[in-house]
Amino acid sequence: MAKPRFIVVGGGLAGLMATVRLAEAGAEIDLISFVPVKRSHSVCAQGGINGAVNIKGEGDSPQIHFDDTVYGGDFLANQPPVKGMCHAAPGIIYLLDRMGVPFNRTSEGLLDFRRFGGTLYNRTAFAGATTGQQILYALDEQVRRHEAAGLVTKYEFWECLGPIVDDRGECRGVVALDQTRMTVQAMAADAVLLATGGCGVIFGKSTLSTTCTGTAVSTAYQQGAAYSNGEFIQVHPTAIPGSDKLRLMSESARGEGGRVWVPRKEGDSRAPRGIPEAERWYFLEEKYPRYGNLVPRDIATREIFDVCVSQKKGVGGERAVYLDLTHLPRTTLDKKLGGILEIYEKFVGVDPRDEPMKVFPAVHYSMGGLWVDFDQMSSIPGLFAAGECEYQYHGANRLGANSLLSCIYGGQVAAAAMAKFALGKERPAAPAALLEAESRRWTELQDKILRMDGPENPFTLWWEMGEMMTENVTVVRDNKKLQATDDRLRQMMERWWRIGVPDQGRRANQSVIFTRQLWNMLELARVITVGALRRNESRGAHYKPEFPERDDANFLKTTRAVWSPEGPVLSYEPVDTSLIPPRKRVYTSPAGAGGSQETGKDALPSRQSQGTPAGRS
Amino acid sequence: MPSPAVRVRVRRQDAPDAPPRWEDFSVRREPGMNVIYCLMQIQRSPVTVEGKRTTPVAWEAHCLEEVCGACTMVINGRVRQSCSALVDHLGDTIELTPMTKFPVVRDLIVDRSRMFDDLIKIRGWIPIQGTYDLGPGPRVPPADQEVAYRLSTCMTCGCCLEVCPNVNARSDFIGPAAISLARLYNTHPTGQASAGERLEALMEPGGISECGNAQNCVRACPKGIPLTDSIGAMGRSVTLHAFKKLLGG
Repeated sequence: MAKPRFIVVGGGLAGLMATVRLAEAGAEIDLISFVPVKRSHSVCAQGGINGAVNIKGEGDSPQIHFDDTVYGGDFLANQPPVKGMCHAAPGIIYLLDRMGVPFNRTSEGLLDFRRFGGTLYNRTAFAGATTGQQILYALDEQVRRHEAAGLVTKYEFWECLGPIVDDRGECRGVVALDQTRMTVQAMAADAVLLATGGCGVIFGKSTLSTTCTGTAVSTAYQQGAAYSNGEFIQVHPTAIPGSDKLRLMSESARGEGGRVWVPRKEGDSRAPRGIPEAERWYFLEEKYPRYGNLVPRDIATREIFDVCVSQKKGVGGERAVYLDLTHLPRTTLDKKLGGILEIYEKFVGVDPRDEPMKVFPAVHYSMGGLWVDFDQMSSIPGLFAAGECEYQYHGANRLGANSLLSCIYGGQVAAAAMAKFALGKERPAAPAALLEAESRRWTELQDKILRMDGPENPFTLWWEMGEMMTENVTVVRDNKKLQATDDRLRQMMERWWRIGVPDQGRRANQSVIFTRQLWNMLELARVITVGALRRNESRGAHYKPEFPERDDANFLKTTRAVWSPEGPVLSYEPVDTSLIPPRKRVYTSPAGAGGSQETGKDALPSRQSQGTPAGRS
Repeated sequence: MPSPAVRVRVRRQDAPDAPPRWEDFSVRREPGMNVIYCLMQIQRSPVTVEGKRTTPVAWEAHCLEEVCGACTMVINGRVRQSCSALVDHLGDTIELTPMTKFPVVRDLIVDRSRMFDDLIKIRGWIPIQGTYDLGPGPRVPPADQEVAYRLSTCMTCGCCLEVCPNVNARSDFIGPAAISLARLYNTHPTGQASAGERLEALMEPGGISECGNAQNCVRACPKGIPLTDSIGAMGRSVTLHAFKKLLGG
């Protein structure tokens, strides 16, 4: 048979890792990306990548990493793939090390590791505080090597409009748009990987990059691919508020000893450094003595939300808490956190080495995504997914520094499975008529959008949707509000048809592109909202005060949404908990005390088990 | 007290061969806002100060936290990322123009693909054997890591090329960014194996000898990368390499 040909959509960590693996196997790859792949959203990942290398003699192991991840995800993830990921993690970090990622080093020249949320171990390898950028660059370089050898063809400033599905329901390629020339092209492949990242732009302002709309995943969903656990949206506890976006302030700030607090006295107007220790409320350390500021993100976010929104004790009565690094030595801060401190300095104009930062939670990550099997294949045969756009590794809440890992691991698994899929298939070439028909369908839709001349502005409609989603479908969820949100989403879908596209140009027409993507965001917004509405329990990032407990009897289940013209049709499938029996998830046990986790952590010296900087050098 | 609105002047161009034109917009001020947010406001209401309806401005942006390099443009005469350009520091009129050293695609979007092509030219990667599990990489002293990390934060944004007088229509100078990255790979223990190939690339026409030592690059780099140090170091390596070749080494 001819040399297999693959399409990879998305040039972040997952897409690039898969591309390198496929190229190593001698295949030819078309790599489609909105942006030059070196600018992909993985560049924003800050704090690090997890792998139980046990460099600090703490007795850490992949098995404990596995347990922390499953427990941190409130038991919603199928366990076998999570186990595979955690056991592959040390090897992945070594691989990145060999590729030249400038990870921070110990004095001996070994890889250094730091603390992150939801674990008591130093398990996170890091390159300053721009780890995602550095790993992305290393993979970008390896891909460039295969590009130079002629195996990889990049389509940058291109977009995947949707998969091409044949009459047997199998994926035969994609239809893609050249976003500069606005021309549509059908591209055939033996297998396609979607590695298109998250969908946080649905929430308007988030920590995500501008392209993270979920659009490609949404069209796959609208063409029959199942979407799972959409309701699980991670809201990161610490971000810098802004008018255009909410900028992440990495968990590594707390990993290096940063402390979260508010003034004990309501409306205390003193400058933060003038407030004596006794008059500061370190609410996370108080309630969670063992994990302190490093409780998992869902918990930290709920606590901050409660302090600011319910108790109205935020700094200056606002939605803000202090994230304080001022007690740490400047040289340590510069070497280990330089990148994020520069972001704060540049965007807020205050030096966080001198003054505590003001932060508030922000939409950050989607645990949910395309349903995939253990080979990363979606419910459309031949269409694979890896990275944030699929649902597999993080259950109901992702632990910090596990996302880079899941991207790279998922990319590796997908590449192997795609090669196997292609070699095991004896199929005639994708019919030309099918490619033509699909290409025509998308061209006609684009022409139709170009002619839309109603009163609605697409960017304004998006902003409205984002504010509504952030208000009602994030930290605290209420069934009445969820229902109202879904009703309004449906109204917005009607209003979409009354959009007037403000640009009729035939070149780099961002208004036409955005208008099409807005529809896809609305479709996914419904999946998220309806998923949340139906899940009457609290688990991980999904919290409903009406149903405050986890309900394993009814909801230890994966949500599976399938598109229909009337909206998402939900079903539930059992979770594979064959390796670690579900147990209650509690992080409040006292420091040094036996916790609910049976993994021998209590043997740790108490210094290591403090989430506070006390005793840390 | 700053005025409640900011005037945003944008140099617009529909296509590479279309004539450029200026359009002025009035944008509502919000605390802490940046140039990106000005452009977002224009998207929602693309009307000029004269009340003329126009198209939203086309521009490139991605991470919005100055780590991807996408949103680079010339703002009040200075090349920089528009996400970290805070309106409060820019006066009551903000002038936005596309970078001048790259072909215009539309409005503020330019085609920087030559910078990525140059990374192929300098063989910008560590030649590992493969991505299967071969254990850890070489040990690296922390001091070396700190140098490598700084060099490795290059976003390929193009600021250094924009301000370099030797990057122009009459020259094919590769520019500071690629030279500095060649230094990064050449100092890596594994990258050293192919150091000679990178030096050869920098000896070709358009290579390091085209640097006129204006030193604008190091001042313009948003990431504080020591570009002139890199050019100096690579200049010495190239000279040494040329000598060795001359002596048949």
